[in-house]
Amino acid sequence: MPASADFDAAELKLIIDAHRSLEGPLLPMLHAIQDSFGHIPAESHAPICDALNITRAELHGVISFYHDFREAPAGRHVLKICRAEACQSVGGSELAESLLSKLGLNWHGTTPNGAVTIEPVYCLGLCACAPAAMVDDRVVGRIDAARLDTLLAEAGA
Amino acid sequence: MKIYVPMDSAAKALGAEDVVAALRAEAPDADIIRTGTRGMIWLEPLVEVEIDGVRHGFGPAEPSDAAAILDGTSAKALGPVEDLEWMKRQTRLTFARVGVIDPLSLDDYEAHGGLKGLRVALDLSAQQIVDEVKTSGLRGRGGAGFPTGIKWQTVHDAEAPQKYIVCNADEGDSGTFADRMVMEGDPFTLIEGMAIAGLGVGATRGYVYLRSEYPDAIAVMTRAVELARAAGVLGSDILGSGRAFDMEIRKGAGAYVCGEETSLLNSLEGKRGVVRAKPPLPALEGFLGRPTVVNNVISLATVPVIFEKGAQHYADFGLGRSRGTVTLQIAGNVARGGLFETAFGISLGEVVNDLGGGTASGRPVKAVQVGGPLGAYMPVSKFDTPLGYEEFDQAGGLIGHAGLTVFDDRTDMLGMARFAMEFCAVESCGKCTPCRIGAVRGVETLDRIAEGDAAALPLLTDLCETMTDGSLCALGGFTPFPVMSAVTHFPDDFARQKEAAE
Repeated sequence: MPASADFDAAELKLIIDAHRSLEGPLLPMLHAIQDSFGHIPAESHAPICDALNITRAELHGVISFYHDFREAPAGRHVLKICRAEACQSVGGSELAESLLSKLGLNWHGTTPNGAVTIEPVYCLGLCACAPAAMVDDRVVGRIDAARLDTLLAEAGA
Repeated sequence: MKIYVPMDSAAKALGAEDVVAALRAEAPDADIIRTGTRGMIWLEPLVEVEIDGVRHGFGPAEPSDAAAILDGTSAKALGPVEDLEWMKRQTRLTFARVGVIDPLSLDDYEAHGGLKGLRVALDLSAQQIVDEVKTSGLRGRGGAGFPTGIKWQTVHDAEAPQKYIVCNADEGDSGTFADRMVMEGDPFTLIEGMAIAGLGVGATRGYVYLRSEYPDAIAVMTRAVELARAAGVLGSDILGSGRAFDMEIRKGAGAYVCGEETSLLNSLEGKRGVVRAKPPLPALEGFLGRPTVVNNVISLATVPVIFEKGAQHYADFGLGRSRGTVTLQIAGNVARGGLFETAFGISLGEVVNDLGGGTASGRPVKAVQVGGPLGAYMPVSKFDTPLGYEEFDQAGGLIGHAGLTVFDDRTDMLGMARFAMEFCAVESCGKCTPCRIGAVRGVETLDRIAEGDAAALPLLTDLCETMTDGSLCALGGFTPFPVMSAVTHFPDDFARQKEAAE
């Protein structure tokens, strides 16, 4: 997960031009923008709408519909903890709740030093080695409290 | 020395990378080949060492086991992997190569039967291809079980300047990971299946809509498409036949409802993932309004073996109208979790107790949720139900994507019912009222039951009927399955709360 970068209009234009001719260009474009800037900056809205001939309402509808897209940068790392049934069957909920209360955060909260954002996720496909989590793009199975502490320490929380 | 270590997410999540680093440090000259997983997740990371041409397993491996594995003294030796009970009892058709080959080697793929199906299909007419799929009896493995050949026929018969093959790889159901396993372990089989589908219905373009929660699968599939294109398996001249098919991998954005095919199509078009009313069927007006085959990963990944071995060979497996194999995913609180491919007809109890070995916690099984978050909680008294589409339907459940999540006797079923409603409320696309409002009211009603309000139970039943009858898609329509199955089969969990309050 890249850190939030300063908005760069030239880079945005490159991203928009690289995606505008795809069939169904908006999701790949938004993913690429978020990969570059860490979120979907408000400054990108008008150029996207111009390029794709959509209204700002349509764009806002899409950005706000999907859990992945952020309107503000996340922490330097994102820890996703699975909340789905298979993870619940082996104590995932209790694990997540005790972590959140220890950190004094709610879901989607970021540690005060800006290191880690904690997010819920519904299934990582690691249901036979639950409970599961993911730090940025790295998957972790059979987590317990000690393992979570290690992951958080590695992420600088 | 040849050593095989999975690069499947589940193996990685259990430390496969550290094991590989330790093996490299111990044996710098060894040839370490990364594969998919065999599906025995309780043994991951499962290291395989080739001894006299036979692959011997060691697992679950830790970095400290490296030296002993290499000199043959490890206490974690399992013997030849193919001789393990779990492997011998399976009928691996769709997953024949998963865990065996290097997923990104086309040579390996071809050496294990890959591309044979596509070559057969290239010699058939489009109608003959569709007829083969019909003969095989293949039904959609995504959940609904709709006959794949009939869907293809509709797209085949439609006239349009452009048609599409869309693969639904938005595997969001908890307890399911078969799609992920095949995409990470044998990506070319999905590509080959999509190419055959394209030839059958006259589509030249395809998309795989792959959920963003699967970064490893996205990486493997993206690379596999590049390799297939470079080798002429995809492109304007498939294997020199002069016929065209090409495809792209598209990443989802974290919306569960996009696993519903019409919502997926909207998302692929760059819109909010809102469900569309049917008709029109996607087969006639799908992606960008064009005729579109939307099939699940396992359905499409099974197509090559049907053409390689013959439709009748595939149809000879199974039970009643459920032909071929089912890829069971055994998950949750279970001693031996993983993927097991077998002919339809095995009983639920055999899967949970015999294959799965009961719970991981060692406590009695209380319930098994079959078919993901929208599937029913089956009590132990229904363990004799055979796995078949119709058989499960009669037992008040659904097979769905064949994921089975096991729960032990400490599970609070009212809590699980509440979670089902909460999940529906979070993930509802918002288009239809029974789902959007009903799920929120469902959470509130279950909270009233938990507080001992006896009048709330009939209200919940009524609400579930409304959601079942009035929702546009399976999210609102099937959420009552887990809720009402919990109420029906585990009434004590709903009554006990009441006594506690009194």
